Amino acid sequence: MSTKAAGQEFIKGLWDENPVFRQLLGLCPTLAVTGAVINGLAMGLATTFVLIFSSLVVSSIKKLIPSQVRIASYIVIIATFVTVADRFLAAFFPPISKSLGPYIPLIVVNCIILGRQEAYSSKNTVGRSLMDALGMSAGFVLALLILSAIREILGAGTFFGYQVMGAWFEPWIIMILPPGAFITLGILLALALQIERRTKSRK
Amino acid sequence: MELVAIFISAILINNFVLYYFLGICPFLGVSKKIDSAFSMGLAVTFVMTITAVVSWVINHWILIPHELDYLKIVSFILVIASLVQLVEMFIRKISPPLYQALGIYLPLITTNCAIMGLALLAALRDYGFAETVIFGFGSGLGFTLAIIIMAAIREQLDLADVPAPLKGPAIALIVAGIMALAFMGFVGMIK
Repeated sequence: MSTKAAGQEFIKGLWDENPVFRQLLGLCPTLAVTGAVINGLAMGLATTFVLIFSSLVVSSIKKLIPSQVRIASYIVIIATFVTVADRFLAAFFPPISKSLGPYIPLIVVNCIILGRQEAYSSKNTVGRSLMDALGMSAGFVLALLILSAIREILGAGTFFGYQVMGAWFEPWIIMILPPGAFITLGILLALALQIERRTKSRK
Repeated sequence: MELVAIFISAILINNFVLYYFLGICPFLGVSKKIDSAFSMGLAVTFVMTITAVVSWVINHWILIPHELDYLKIVSFILVIASLVQLVEMFIRKISPPLYQALGIYLPLITTNCAIMGLALLAALRDYGFAETVIFGFGSGLGFTLAIIIMAAIREQLDLADVPAPLKGPAIALIVAGIMALAFMGFVGMIK
């Protein structure tokens, strides 16, 4: 595999096939944990860990998995790594684990992960699957960071817990509450679509 | 009284879709027509209530007595996947009309994070058996309510002049946001 091809596998996850903005996958965690940047980042990294290792395992043993039970096999593999991530966070970062609550175990039903196994890792080599997983995770983390940064700055006046807005700023509480999540993501999706239309029409 | 509070809070206040953001995929995907939204809601309510029962039994009779708590994620997801399959076969035999109504929506439920979320939340909150069942049933009704309202709004939205980039999922999310805002008004109902 040439470096250029590997780079393309990575880059496509950032924009062209961005899981959140382009494919509308994994919306539940995207909406649920982006009230604060630290939570968004933790969720992004936990998902990255699960996606990379699931892709590695699935792409290495793809010939051993009978196609009739492949979905069930993928789910067991994914669930194993989710358990690892869940235990790890609970042991070393109890406050984050507490504030993310059931959403870490719920990575197991995150459609990005199962989707990549079915659409990519089960058909491609280990190296390509790794690049694909890295790209998709980076795209997911990027989306979570954008959404959580907007919500935290507008909703609490802070970024990563540090005050960034002056004393004059009245926080828009609504942004860190559930409605803010839906509305912000809706506007971001429209923005992504608009950018895509612009670049298409220019070509 | 406690049970009534759990029931009402699961439907209106801590609504699965609008408060916990669980089940967003079917909420956006199957909310274009009221008929199909209703069938989806029915199927979810049905599976949620059964999942509540089964996950409670597994958690309290198998996982906790044997200190296998760390297997919760793996066992819940496997049980839910096989349960949905089982329910589908069962309904096809027992009640063909119901099977016709739920049809393609049943298999879709396996990947619905609301079901897994229900099992995990009930385990996290240490609910007793009756509470878990009420919680499951109420959450299913809450999902049904949200998806039907959403479908009704989207049917009207078809006639509206929406700016091009907002068409589709973007406007649906903004509508969901306004719905979540409205549902926040229920918070004062239970202290």
